[in-house]
Amino acid sequence: MKFGVVVFPGSNCDHDAYHVLKKVLDANVDYIWHKDRSLRMFDVIVLPGGFSYGDYLRAGALARFSPILQEIIQFAEHGGFLIGICNGFQILVEAGLLPGALIANDHMRFRCQDVFLKVKTTSNRFCGLYRPGQVLKMPIAHYSGNYFADESTLKELQDKDRIVFQYCNSIGEVSEESNPNGSLMNIAGIVNPNKNVLGMMPHPERAAEKILGSDDGLQIFKSFLGKN
Amino acid sequence: MWKAKVVVTYKPGILDPEAKTIHHALVSLGYTDFKNVETGKYFQLTFKEKMTRDQAETVAREACDKLLSNPVIQKYTYEMTEVSE
Repeated sequence: MKFGVVVFPGSNCDHDAYHVLKKVLDANVDYIWHKDRSLRMFDVIVLPGGFSYGDYLRAGALARFSPILQEIIQFAEHGGFLIGICNGFQILVEAGLLPGALIANDHMRFRCQDVFLKVKTTSNRFCGLYRPGQVLKMPIAHYSGNYFADESTLKELQDKDRIVFQYCNSIGEVSEESNPNGSLMNIAGIVNPNKNVLGMMPHPERAAEKILGSDDGLQIFKSFLGKN
Repeated sequence: MWKAKVVVTYKPGILDPEAKTIHHALVSLGYTDFKNVETGKYFQLTFKEKMTRDQAETVAREACDKLLSNPVIQKYTYEMTEVSE
């Protein structure tokens, strides 16, 4: 399994993702520069968190047109695995690889805190090491994480088992109080129809070592390595 | 030369938290006459080359659809004006 971590101007979680893959999991990983026009052989590509292109215009809107994104869209269309975290998720919705939009948090504040997530489904490769209904602890750090989609899109996400993570409380109750940003249906992460593209606002790469408070996010990366 | 003046706003039904906050601030300043406040983004696109209005309009619209607005949550209006060089 070969991992790639994309580096945009303004990415700031690229090193965290690289560290987890290289040092914690001892995986084969390389950085991918945003100006590259060809992709070497990768199995899993991570679009990391940060503020690509300064979040100008809309978060993720400019990264979507960077040279490497055109290659990555092809990669995903051919079944390659893609994980967009935070700004990476914003890029994926702007690129149309995932439906809906991520708008400003309903309270207009940047939120940097630990949240609890409910694993709503394990019917995708990313969640192979979780149990359905499992409660995870991971940090969020964003201003535009308020997931919006029209009713028919929400229905399709539900019907096709594509809502992967929902904000919940410590005992797994999905409620208004446990929603940190106003996201519809407390949505924190979704997959595309083929379930090879995952977008999520919380940061699994910042929750991958016990010494940092939680290693609940590690399983997402580990699920591709075929070891427990 | 043509210039397109573009205004991008949220579609009806999309939460605009910034506008809500501004509305509250206006009310607290005593401006209670506004039923609704909306925010948006304004762009001026000035063309380099001489072209027909139709040509310029087509290019401006394409730019709006592709980049300046996100059709999932936003709509836009534009106005074409002729400016001297």
